[in-house]
Amino acid sequence: MRYIVVILASVIWLSSPAQAEVRAVYDFETRAQELRFQELIAELRCPKCQNQNIADSNAPISEDMREQVYRMMKNGASNEEIVDALVSRFGEFIKYKPPVDKRTILLWAFPAIAVIGGFLLVAGVVWRSRRRDEEGSGLSEADKSRAERILSGEEDQSERL
Amino acid sequence: MYPELGQLALILALLLAVLLSVVPLAGALTGRDSLQAFARPLASGMFVFVGLAFAILTHAFLTDDFSVAYVANNSNSLLPWYFKFSAVWGGHEGSLLLWILMLSGWILAVATFSRKLPTVMISQVLSVLGMVAVGFMLFIIVTSNPFDRLLPNIPADGRDLNPLLQDIGLIIHPPMLYMGYVGFSVAFAFAIAALINGRLDAAWARWSRPWTTVAWSFLTIGIALGSWWAYYELGWGGWWFWDPVENASLLPWLSGTALMHSLAVTEKRGVFKSWTVLLAIITFSLSLLGTFLVRSGVLTSVHAFASDPERGKFLLMLLGITILASLVLYAFRAPVVHVRSRYGSLSREIFLLLNNVLLVSATMLVAIGTLYPLVLDYLQEEKLSVGEPFFNMTFSPLAIAAGLLLGAGIFSRWKKTDGGWLARKLLWPLAISVLATAAVMIGYGGFTPWAFAGLFTAIWVTVATFWDIRDKSASRKGRLQGLKRQSRSYWGMVLGHLGVAMVMAGATVVSNYGIERDVRMVPGDSAMAGDYRLVFTDIGQRSGPNYTSQYGSFDLFLDGEKVSELHPEKRNYTVGMSMMTEADIDAGLFRDVFVAIGERIGDNAWAIRLQYKPLIRWLWLGALVMAIGGFLAISDKRYRIRVRKEAVSETQGPQTSGKPVEVTP
Amino acid sequence: MKRLFMFLPLLVALGVGVFLFAGLGKDPTKLESALIGKPVPEFSLPSLKNPEQTLDTSVFKGQVSLLNVWAEWCPSCWEEHEYLMHLANDKGVRIVGLNYKDTREAAFRFLNSLGNPYETIIFDSEGSLGFDLGVYGAPETYVIDAEGVVRFRHVGVVNQKVWEEGLLPVINQAKGES
Repeated sequence: MRYIVVILASVIWLSSPAQAEVRAVYDFETRAQELRFQELIAELRCPKCQNQNIADSNAPISEDMREQVYRMMKNGASNEEIVDALVSRFGEFIKYKPPVDKRTILLWAFPAIAVIGGFLLVAGVVWRSRRRDEEGSGLSEADKSRAERILSGEEDQSERL
Repeated sequence: MYPELGQLALILALLLAVLLSVVPLAGALTGRDSLQAFARPLASGMFVFVGLAFAILTHAFLTDDFSVAYVANNSNSLLPWYFKFSAVWGGHEGSLLLWILMLSGWILAVATFSRKLPTVMISQVLSVLGMVAVGFMLFIIVTSNPFDRLLPNIPADGRDLNPLLQDIGLIIHPPMLYMGYVGFSVAFAFAIAALINGRLDAAWARWSRPWTTVAWSFLTIGIALGSWWAYYELGWGGWWFWDPVENASLLPWLSGTALMHSLAVTEKRGVFKSWTVLLAIITFSLSLLGTFLVRSGVLTSVHAFASDPERGKFLLMLLGITILASLVLYAFRAPVVHVRSRYGSLSREIFLLLNNVLLVSATMLVAIGTLYPLVLDYLQEEKLSVGEPFFNMTFSPLAIAAGLLLGAGIFSRWKKTDGGWLARKLLWPLAISVLATAAVMIGYGGFTPWAFAGLFTAIWVTVATFWDIRDKSASRKGRLQGLKRQSRSYWGMVLGHLGVAMVMAGATVVSNYGIERDVRMVPGDSAMAGDYRLVFTDIGQRSGPNYTSQYGSFDLFLDGEKVSELHPEKRNYTVGMSMMTEADIDAGLFRDVFVAIGERIGDNAWAIRLQYKPLIRWLWLGALVMAIGGFLAISDKRYRIRVRKEAVSETQGPQTSGKPVEVTP
Repeated sequence: MKRLFMFLPLLVALGVGVFLFAGLGKDPTKLESALIGKPVPEFSLPSLKNPEQTLDTSVFKGQVSLLNVWAEWCPSCWEEHEYLMHLANDKGVRIVGLNYKDTREAAFRFLNSLGNPYETIIFDSEGSLGFDLGVYGAPETYVIDAEGVVRFRHVGVVNQKVWEEGLLPVINQAKGES
């Protein structure tokens, strides 16, 4: 039911006899340009598909968008200009890379916050455990040395996970 | 008549599930053995009835019984029998039935293989599992009945299975995936039982571990199969898209990996208990969340089932009750008191805790990224997309950090590792890794920072793992003896880590050194991808059982030598009137060459997609290696201790019961 | 104090649950137009009926109108057309048609079968105006005010519910301002 919508749309589109059955394959002068094109169309989203980029989608609108990207590239536009031109028509939805602004700052900053926060927590765990040890375990000296011996004996076997 | 029996079987299974939820638990809480003894027979009975329902649905498919709505929507008389069989789980209702079948199977397995566990514990575990089963059975009977009939107007033929699903991938991917999702319910049930009875100790961790590891292994295979299937089936050569449904499967995997490692620490040292219990609850909750996301329509995905808000509401309620009840229980009953234990800053415990930090951060990252569009739409009525570029940029550093930590952590000791000793230990592996990375990068012909980071991490993990094997297998009786002395648990861990390294290597290499071309070709033309030359020889019409196709012929050359012939197709499925492109792939251990036919251009020319994919198979082989590692680890003899020894070790208390007891020399 | 931390996962889960519940029933494929509040993009296209006549944005100046994007190959357009006839004939709504990626023959076939509710029809055979408007799937219907500014877009079939809840309020508001 999912992909069928896209396929049916393109089948309907292609089955009208008056329509040209053309799908453009784009020519590039350099490999670098070809790569740049591939990257651009991989990062732009087809507005009507069930979550596909315009590189992989067969929908007519994706074709139109690819055409636009190619044309603008040939005319010397920068990546930013190309994306902006499409966003001004279709909205920010078509960018797979979310913008970095106050709406999305939490999203982008999250990994760093989580990892740093986590590391701090772990540091806290270590510090607390060290402090607990320094405060003394309340054992007598004899018990303590016995405990050490047992513990160090255990140390040898404890590499096995 | 049979479909009605199927429905009846489901209802009976539900009744048994209700009894299973209540009776053994009541017996455990009141100390009545007689009630607890019902657990195993109830589990068996439930499995039998669910199995019967599943068999009846399968029978309906195989006999083309189009009076059953689900069969009419997902099958067709022209469909080959093996696809009719797998079409049983090709749609929402049937896949849920598969879910429940697997759940019943796991419940029966827990009931059968836990004779050595205390009855009170097992009764509670089975009751919790019974409650989960009740929820899902209610869902299927009330909202998603696979046995609904289309009487009296039985359609002459079915609507056919979606051509994308007419593939071997459908036969194995969902079952493996569900084995994983459902399997985490066992760790969940153990956690809930421990919270209920207050017995949260290293023994609990040891019992949970094998179940968790098996579920994790299946999920690993399931996800890898999904990626592999998308790669060759969807025709674009992609293997991971960070699509919401894909992410939904990755979430419990990441959390499950953290859980596996956390359980190791809790079993070994009796610490981090609250954290481990929380992880067990979270992992299964993520499984449930995934089930909800895929079927409710709140997120857009090519992989989603047809969405139905009514079902979505029911499922959300089910999800909500399960997760909220467990988290309330957790909030009130999880131990807060610290175990008096000391660990140094470079101890194995801390390394594993840091591993958890990274994995849980990754889990939250994927969850937040996936749900962000939903949240933003709700709060600000704005539609944004969060896709591949975002996840690649944010997830990769976490993966690399985890890999780097892994390499160092392999050498860490429990309780305390000396910093200087560790640093000296790591010098040689570091040097070797740098050299090896440089060599590989020169071999593939290019330096980019990401490629270096990914490759170095993969090689670092590999070198560190082998270095550790070398250390541990040092023995007076010779290296072979030293190797034999290592437990299966150890080898499982080795394979698990090597598998991760393989996946990282594959992902890094194919992303950085792969070549994709879209070219216009007429028969006779040739095109290059890297060192490979593809020659278009012919294209003609062919027919299959339920389709007609444009059948292309290509010759593949490497350095002038013909390597293989490739035959991609464009298929037209007659019933559904849909078009599918079937790529052909020259597969190899170290590279794939991928060819797909696009649209026709003009009279004679076709848009051909040609891709060179170095090391791509390592992605899935690495996952397979990981899963084998998991299965190997649980076959360790410490999990096969006989009842007598178990009784002895239990009375010695939490600290010692974590140690493997040698049963036989 | 420590005990309070244990409630944190519960709170997070509740929060997520709220968002998931809110997301149910919403259609994630209905996008809002990026042109709301902006003028209709400049264009110069022939009229469908009169090939010599060139239409541009002045066709929207002076009164509030609906701009309906349609095509003969679009099945849903056949579905909604009856209601558009009702809006034009019975309710006196001014509808400008944008014939999107069609041939003249196909367009006329459509109109001859179902009738013509459009005051004027822009013939956009290449889909260039459609693309500039951000059309991604026919049918789409826009509310354009008397200054030629886009006020609202509906993606999908126009029926009574859509008219009453979506289009009419915006039209009234636009009319009230002019």
